[in-house]
Amino acid sequence: MQSDSPLGQVVALSKKRLVQDVPKPDGGEALLRDVLSGTPFDAAVTGFVLACLPQSEAPILWASDRMSRRENGRLYGPALRAMGIKAPVLHVEVSNPRDVLWAMEEGAACAGLSAVVGEIHGAPEVLSFTATKRLALRSEASGVPLWLIRSGDPGALSAARERWRVSSLPSDMHPWNSAAPGQAVWEADLFRARGQAPGVWEVRYEPDAKRPEDRFRLLSRSGDGQVAQDDAPAADVAGR
Amino acid sequence: MTRQQRTLPGDDVPVVLAAQGTHGPVVYAISAEAVRRGVSVGARVVDVQAIHPDLHVENADAAGDVALLDRVALWARRWCPWTVRDGDNGILMDVTGAAHLFGGEAKMLRDIGTRFAMQGLAVRLALAPTRGAAQMLARFGGGGVICGPDDVEVAIAPLPVAALRINADTDRLLQRLGLKTLGKLMEVPRVALMRRFDRMAAEVNPLVLLDRALGRAGDPLNAPEEVAQWMARVRLPEPVIDPVPHLEGLAGDLCRQLAKAELGARRLRLTIYRVDGEWRSRDVALASASREVAHLIRLLAGKLEGIDPGFGFDLLTLEARSVEPLALHQDHLDGQRDAGRDVAALLDRLCAKLGPEKVTWSAWVQSHIPERVETRVPASAGVIEPPLDVMRARPLRLLDPPEEIVVLYAVPEGPPARFRWRRVSYLMTRFEGPERVAPEWWRDKPGTRLRDYYKVEVGGGRRFWLFREGILGDGRGSDPRWFLQGIYA
Repeated sequence: MQSDSPLGQVVALSKKRLVQDVPKPDGGEALLRDVLSGTPFDAAVTGFVLACLPQSEAPILWASDRMSRRENGRLYGPALRAMGIKAPVLHVEVSNPRDVLWAMEEGAACAGLSAVVGEIHGAPEVLSFTATKRLALRSEASGVPLWLIRSGDPGALSAARERWRVSSLPSDMHPWNSAAPGQAVWEADLFRARGQAPGVWEVRYEPDAKRPEDRFRLLSRSGDGQVAQDDAPAADVAGR
Repeated sequence: MTRQQRTLPGDDVPVVLAAQGTHGPVVYAISAEAVRRGVSVGARVVDVQAIHPDLHVENADAAGDVALLDRVALWARRWCPWTVRDGDNGILMDVTGAAHLFGGEAKMLRDIGTRFAMQGLAVRLALAPTRGAAQMLARFGGGGVICGPDDVEVAIAPLPVAALRINADTDRLLQRLGLKTLGKLMEVPRVALMRRFDRMAAEVNPLVLLDRALGRAGDPLNAPEEVAQWMARVRLPEPVIDPVPHLEGLAGDLCRQLAKAELGARRLRLTIYRVDGEWRSRDVALASASREVAHLIRLLAGKLEGIDPGFGFDLLTLEARSVEPLALHQDHLDGQRDAGRDVAALLDRLCAKLGPEKVTWSAWVQSHIPERVETRVPASAGVIEPPLDVMRARPLRLLDPPEEIVVLYAVPEGPPARFRWRRVSYLMTRFEGPERVAPEWWRDKPGTRLRDYYKVEVGGGRRFWLFREGILGDGRGSDPRWFLQGIYA
């Protein structure tokens, strides 16, 4: 690994990949996915979900309860195009989480939708393990992907097949204005998944990127200079 | 014909209906007592009120009267198959060959009068061999006239010429010529009348109208087609409490009727008729025409929770109150269903349970004020606008209304370096802006201040959308305040 040279010590990097890179979570796969907010009042969760939705012209059902609209604001339509959403969004704006769950279940049974997104604030009793299990089974049976955005959640049980925790990171440098925020960067933490190793990634989403593979980039957040020895996931920076 | 008012004062109080005229309300219709006191139609209500201080005024509902008359005209088909509304104050019925069913013409007229009285409607009836003669006799000849085929000329001779429904100018002309009654008009040599009126349109030409009334010219009745009723009903031998087991039969029957006519239902009404004489109904609206039994049952079943069956009911009806053409439709050959129809069915279910105002599509408004750009239209209306293309980056979440922030450390240019929002203080690290949005003077109140928007990144990475309302010294209030309106991804 090491050899001496007149200029100093040379470190040869492993031939292995830096860390295991996870492909974009395939939004088209029919699963129930939980996305938790790492920090309060953070739209990174919404951005992450929109970035993962399948590219389709079929409508998206977006159900939200009153508390999540009051806490995080409502989904703002004019911003959707910039997030690469071409499908119309069917808003279901109800007051209690029970109706959100019911609307999601109805949406999951409808093959004409490209995806169903539900937003629930906090951990109400109706959003129990059983309720999430119902949704997960519905989604797998019908083939419509379900996303559940949970803000202000203390971390209740969930039967979601993938559970993410997303928060904002300081943005990249703006190409022309050093004082301005640039390309948004999120930290996505997959802390529970079925058939996939968990991990933490830095996410950048550019819907207008030229190459399709550049649109959604996940970079592993490894520690400084830390190199994976095999295909095992890197240790979490936060030590989780 | 006068409709009975629910809150009618006593018979000794004159009642008038008022309609809006050019210079305020004018009398539109009057009661018998008002006639006795000399109130005339067309007078101004304030004048009449000055003369008769006890006058009772109600607003006239001309469109409602016409709609009622249309319905009554259809109801009158219980006596004969051809009925039509006549103007806005009459019904014409062609009773040819129908009178014997009721025991003769006199008995039939008596029956008609009784049945209308039972509905609370006062009528003046006339029976004549021609339509024109019947119209005249009903309005000018007193009530209950029966005119035989040979008596038309005699019967209408004493009536004023205005009974012909000629316009006011012709009426005045005939009055000046001394032709005040139809009898006088009939005495005038026909050639003279032809010379004077031959250029007049047939609908107002006194000669043509007279010919029609006397049966010399054809004047058929053009009755509207009866509105088809799509209704299924179940009569039960014993009263029951639960309507759910009967839904399938009802929906199946209705859908068979609709399928035969290639129609689909848009609005449904389920009614239960209780044994105590009351009835209860539930309405369901559909986003697109449908005649799928399972879909209709599912919609209706969700609505039946709060329906009060009382001591039970013995009759159920399911009525399609609004229908649309719906051709036979084939699913894809590989067994897949049409995605558009699936979404429409989903909309129905969501609207039926949550209410149509909660299920919406986005619609766009030409405006620069962020909270005005997006409006919501009910999804059942079915208009989907494509996503809006905006020039500038907009936040993914919008707080409505914007929330005021507390500036802890202001800087001369740009957004506050430190601010507090929802009891947490934030340190601004980078910002972009301002983007100035001027108030819409054609819509906003005078004194509305402009907004300078900033995209602000705080320590830790969240990106907010702040704006300052107004600028210092714009003469529209004190120091400008800061608000947080949106959150960027």
